[in-house]
Amino acid sequence: MNKNYIITGLVIFVLTVLSPFWFNMITTTQAAPEPELVGKAKTEKKCVLGKYEMRANHMSLLDEWRDSVVRNADRMYTAANGNSFNMSLSTGENSCLGCHEDKAKFCDSCHTYASVNPYCWECHTNPKEIK
Amino acid sequence: MMKKSRRSFLKVAGIAAIGLGAAPAMNFAASGSNGTALAVKSKNENVLFAHRWGMVIDTNKITDEVVENIVAACHKAHNVPDFNHKVDEEKFPGTRPVNHKQEVKWIWEEHFQYAFPDKEDEFLAEKFHDLPFLVTCNHCKNAPCVKACPTQATFKREDGIVLMDFHRCIGCRFCMAACPYGARSFNFRDPRPFVEEINPDFPTRSKGVVEKCNLCAERLAKGEQPHCVEASEGAILVGDLEDPESEVRALLNENYTIRRKQSLGTEPSVYYVM
Repeated sequence: MNKNYIITGLVIFVLTVLSPFWFNMITTTQAAPEPELVGKAKTEKKCVLGKYEMRANHMSLLDEWRDSVVRNADRMYTAANGNSFNMSLSTGENSCLGCHEDKAKFCDSCHTYASVNPYCWECHTNPKEIK
Repeated sequence: MMKKSRRSFLKVAGIAAIGLGAAPAMNFAASGSNGTALAVKSKNENVLFAHRWGMVIDTNKITDEVVENIVAACHKAHNVPDFNHKVDEEKFPGTRPVNHKQEVKWIWEEHFQYAFPDKEDEFLAEKFHDLPFLVTCNHCKNAPCVKACPTQATFKREDGIVLMDFHRCIGCRFCMAACPYGARSFNFRDPRPFVEEINPDFPTRSKGVVEKCNLCAERLAKGEQPHCVEASEGAILVGDLEDPESEVRALLNENYTIRRKQSLGTEPSVYYVM
């Protein structure tokens, strides 16, 4: 006799608890943006790590680079795949932005979507933004 | 419905739990063998190395013009804000008015009696009262700022440079209180509106961070001399203090030199040829 009440209650409970997900499903149409490769990054086809590793771990890689450059004065990074890079976000051809030329399309599109606010650019500068 | 005993249920649940945990454990074990683990970090080939970097400033060669050039070269290259710079209202709307007590400086001109307060004798040669003296971070051997820093944002590199990791600085300013030379400045506000022309090769700082001279660590890494040396027309020399064959040691051997407040025992690495 109580079975119906319990089942209805459970259904309502599950619906309410999952309401943020329902809400997002209905209101959001925007798909997650893909970081877009333009210019040099598109033609070079060599990065520090593979695409998926980079996607998942670029923040810890940058953290490691920062410590290496500032603390140990080691500025060259020869990756496991044999390519070597200047451990820098934005200075020179061989840095991150040296290859991934468009910061807005490469960094910002995903960061904005995922609502993360790394404070890199409070100090580091995008050479293209300085006129 | 199949009747399950408690025993058989626990068995199945246990095996399932192991299965669930296996994937992350495998991933973790595998992550060490690829990716960043095999990478090699190294110095640039043309890096300049010293056991202890030091600076010798020949006060006879320092004129007002040289001082101006040196300060300008250093501050321009390191994006040091100049609070007399007129703010571009279009780019930085609503910038607060400036408090001129809050200056930021890496290298600057000082009078003899302030640079060397313990050496100001009663009848000191008069020329010392007018001569410009260049002062900066002394990259002390026993740096009190390094001991004061609670986050190790300021640290002593193995080549003697007292360096700052701006990423780690929490802005507590203990280092500023500890430094007997006033070599450190605090960013009370975002410095960017006051940098005339941002040099893309060096970061700016953010609000709430302490900064000071880094002996151009970024240039030594590329095999270049510091900016002040290049702009000094031979008045400043930077080299290895621990190498008896080095140019700076030769200069120290031939001339009478003094250091700032050396009675404090910080062992400054900046020498002044008198």
